[in-house]
Amino acid sequence: MTWFTPGEVPPADEMTGEWWDATREHRLTVQTCGCGHRQHPPRAVCTGCGRTDALTLVEASGAATVDTYTVVHRAPRPDVATPYVVARVRLAEGPVLLTRLMAEPAIGDAVTVGWVDLPDGRALPVFTPARPDEETP
Amino acid sequence: MSTGVAIVGAAESDLGSTGLSTLGLQTQAVTRALSDAGLTLADVDGIATTGVSRFSATQLADHFGIVPTWTDSTFAGGSAFEMFVARAAQAIRDGQASVVVISFASNQRSARTRRLGGVFEAWVPEAQFEEPYDPLYPASYYGMAAQAYLHRYGGTREQLAEVAVAAREWALLNPEAFRHDAGRITAADVVGAPMVSSPLTVADCCLVTDGGGAVVLTSLERARDLRRTPVEVLGYGERTTHTSFTTVPDLTVPGAAGSAADAYRRAGITAADVDVVEVYDSFTITAALSLEGLGFCGPGEALDLIADGRTRPGGALPLNTTGGGLSYCHPGQYGVLLLVEAVRQLRGDCGRRQVRGAEVAVAHGTGGILSTHATVVLGVAR
Ligand SMILES: [Zn+2]
Repeated sequence: MTWFTPGEVPPADEMTGEWWDATREHRLTVQTCGCGHRQHPPRAVCTGCGRTDALTLVEASGAATVDTYTVVHRAPRPDVATPYVVARVRLAEGPVLLTRLMAEPAIGDAVTVGWVDLPDGRALPVFTPARPDEETP
Repeated sequence: MSTGVAIVGAAESDLGSTGLSTLGLQTQAVTRALSDAGLTLADVDGIATTGVSRFSATQLADHFGIVPTWTDSTFAGGSAFEMFVARAAQAIRDGQASVVVISFASNQRSARTRRLGGVFEAWVPEAQFEEPYDPLYPASYYGMAAQAYLHRYGGTREQLAEVAVAAREWALLNPEAFRHDAGRITAADVVGAPMVSSPLTVADCCLVTDGGGAVVLTSLERARDLRRTPVEVLGYGERTTHTSFTTVPDLTVPGAAGSAADAYRRAGITAADVDVVEVYDSFTITAALSLEGLGFCGPGEALDLIADGRTRPGGALPLNTTGGGLSYCHPGQYGVLLLVEAVRQLRGDCGRRQVRGAEVAVAHGTGGILSTHATVVLGVAR
């Protein structure tokens, strides 16, 4: 993808390393607790039940809907081209991600995950319009 | 009801583009507020401030040669000062402090320290999961909140612009306002201004100015012996909701609601009892969401509430009577100036912009990306 060239992304830590490792294989995961709660970003404690020993990463479908978005017209760093679209997307699994969209959407649009590779082998999830057969209900 | 604590002094520092240092502006604000109260630095045993340095209250105490028995430097963006009123009232009632100064100042315009992306802290989750996407901090969050709000409730961009139009009307009455001489604006001016983070234009965003302010608190009992009419702290409340762009399920639901409900309950009032409203207007949408949170209308009704000039001078709901962060002054953490103006309105000090017969005022601060919310109810017996 050439429409988005990310700046430097800080290294993972012990709470986020496994999530980032999955991105190397273009797999989107969501941290899920034994209690059924799902959360993002991954952390050492479940915000649903408080347990620290029941959290695992589960593969996400990559399907999402646009919760809201903004078109940014002023660059926060020198080498980013404007305008660009920053959005909140709600994964089919529940959690909300901040992301980039290729083009201005409408709120409620179905989108699907794509990947922008980082120089260190990790990848950033971005979202593109879903094909009709991928639309979530 | 009363907390037994009163605000007895209030003042601004120099505002606008001052060429002064942060501590120089702090000194102006604090000494002017103490002078207003008829007190001196020697009377002060409590200090609450932020934005000075890593050790903000400690730094200020050292600068003034004070050894406080109580300090607070809670960092909660623009809402910190409304939170400080609660902490100060508790400390005064508990006897840990007798005279507390709450202050803030910044020279961000002169020093050109404002950054579009915000402050980068590499160790927080947002640095890994959000900042790589280049949201403006805080403008993009408020842009997304405005986008969600207009979509959900079907309001127009022009209706939201009324927040900025009304703010300018008030600024025209306030000689201290940065835009005092800038003339009227229309909704079309706001909507047609350069876009920052859609749907918000530069005219939906607060000013970037120098400035500061201070208020002085003591017990109501002691306040009755001081020179100015005491302004009682009737109630306070707060909510802290998130730091991430993705935590809150629905951006159209502000944390202000819980904060205001707690404050009203302590004060024994409802929104209908409020005569003058000072809310944080970092962006036009911030003020609209705050009016709903504060109970002046229901969810989705703010744009109808502010229509027909209702919040302009002479309107039924006087809002941001200085001209607000949009047209008066915004030094980065504007919350202390909400308190200063609320006090002045209750004392009848406000000249051409005075709200006649104001007896109950609300100051409501918002920090971060709708992250922190704090409400103070103030009252004066006439
Ligand atoms: Zn759990």
